[in-house]
Amino acid sequence: MSAMDKKEFTYPEPAELASGRIGEKMILNVGPSHPATHGVLRLKLELDADMVTRADPMVGYLHRGQEKLAENMTYNQFIPFTDRLDYLAPICNNVAFAQCVEKLAGIDVPPRCKAIRVIGCELSRIASHLVGLAAYGMDAGAWTVFMYCYTQREKIMTLFEQLTGARLTASYTRIGGLARDIPDGWLGNVSAFCSQFLPAFDEIDKLITRNRIFIDRTEGIGVISAEDAMQWGLTGPNLRGSGIATDLRKDVPYLGYEDYEFDVPIGVHGDCYDRWLVRIEECRQSVRIIRQAIEKMPDGPYKISDPRIVLPEKDKVLRNMEDLINNFMISTQGPAIPAGEAFFEADNPKGALGFYIISKGAGVPYRVKIRAPSFLSLSAMQEVLPGHHMSDVAIILGSMDFVLGECDR
Amino acid sequence: MMEIKQKLAEEFPFLKPRESADGIVGFDCPGSELFSVAKALKSKFEFQTLTDIASVDMGKAAGNARFGAVYHFFSHTKKRYVRIAAACDSENDPHLPSLTPLYKGADWLEREAFDLMGIVFDSHPSLRRILMWEGYGYHPLRKDFPLSGREAPLPDTFEGNEDATEVVPAPEEDGPFHSPSAGSVFASGREPRSWDGKVG
Repeated sequence: MSAMDKKEFTYPEPAELASGRIGEKMILNVGPSHPATHGVLRLKLELDADMVTRADPMVGYLHRGQEKLAENMTYNQFIPFTDRLDYLAPICNNVAFAQCVEKLAGIDVPPRCKAIRVIGCELSRIASHLVGLAAYGMDAGAWTVFMYCYTQREKIMTLFEQLTGARLTASYTRIGGLARDIPDGWLGNVSAFCSQFLPAFDEIDKLITRNRIFIDRTEGIGVISAEDAMQWGLTGPNLRGSGIATDLRKDVPYLGYEDYEFDVPIGVHGDCYDRWLVRIEECRQSVRIIRQAIEKMPDGPYKISDPRIVLPEKDKVLRNMEDLINNFMISTQGPAIPAGEAFFEADNPKGALGFYIISKGAGVPYRVKIRAPSFLSLSAMQEVLPGHHMSDVAIILGSMDFVLGECDR
Repeated sequence: MMEIKQKLAEEFPFLKPRESADGIVGFDCPGSELFSVAKALKSKFEFQTLTDIASVDMGKAAGNARFGAVYHFFSHTKKRYVRIAAACDSENDPHLPSLTPLYKGADWLEREAFDLMGIVFDSHPSLRRILMWEGYGYHPLRKDFPLSGREAPLPDTFEGNEDATEVVPAPEEDGPFHSPSAGSVFASGREPRSWDGKVG
């Protein structure tokens, strides 16, 4: 008899499992570094077999103290920080912040600036939804969709590079206007993108939306009632997926959105599948808005001409004393924003991104509060996740399309 | 717009209208009355959503009304906002009533205001820190907290923290945004980044 045969072999119970049990239940930590949590989200789940009985999302792993930083820099200096909120749609954040400060200062930007901002926002919305749909599809096991979505997103990134010089961190707006006008031929590129995007997007849609497996995994999962969606403060596609037709672009119009024709898609059941359908349709509506904006792109200045708010042209700075002084004052002290308070929410791809600014009449804000839609979407998870299987958790998280840069600020 | 302003002022005579640049109807409200006002907003004026809670520190000069919170509510049926600014009664022990029984979304918003500004929300189901870690000793959004941060130990339970890691203030003149000339009388007013540590 060899030594091999005599050896006793037992399967030891994993130590973590044994110590993590509470009676029949088990505490499971998902994240903060886990592919299904789309960023540094940590979920503390209490499981009964594979049924979630309690969920406690723990956020803050990406907290950078942006609100504190904002109190210590001029308004324009804070714009690059807004890129890092929802880093999948940076131009939307730039616009939301600039709009809020302009509201506070009573500035009305020129029509050309508005139209360019609209194109930037809607392109960002498509780019953000494409990532959202791609990651969501991947959570459900549909890898092909991921690559198809990223191919299209890459084209939008190229357009952003032409427009702003950066693919991701655009920092495109300034208080009272934009960093620069659109480059020659750019509108044609956007137009060409839209024409090839719609058939490509139909292909993505056909790949997965009627896929039996995908429907089985998302239908009736993560249902959020209309009342609950409003209670939890959900906004954007997550709210509209639950059947509430609130779109701030239509209801509290800004940037001249009231002049564009577009539909607001809403869901019926408020489940994961509805949120998918809403995002799919929103991409098509965004193309509609972009085409209208290109068609009626007004001529004229792309920023206001108030020398206390916007920087003068560089060639003037080098020749005129007055402009040199203005340039110096705005660069060191910030734009002259009157004392007061303002709240503004923009309907961004992730939901309503709001800024509440208190000014004491200097070039630096006294207090900036960022109302992050992802923060509130995640807070609802403590009620939505319990009662679902562990395998559905990734699907529900994917359907909420949150981004931790914005949630943790 | 005007009508809700009148109706609210009639129902709650203690509400003081608040001027603002953005055209949102706003009121100043004593902290003790906040809950009843929010209840009326939800049941009578159709404000179904608590959009945001912004905690504010108005500086030591404001005395006992130093801390407060600005609430924004949104009505999905009437498509409008209302703003309620509630001030805490005490500077040393700021309290406000919790709106969690009315709005579920208040849960995390209040935890955030507690974490970063140190306002205690009475009868909140689990008022814990949310963005900073449990056991962190400061409320960083207060005006007397320096931008560069303060030394603080990471929690004991933190995995991989066997050698007791500490968080230290950022380097370079006490922090990346600290003005080198902050001590100068002339520089402090001119250089926006030297607001560090000064209470409003």
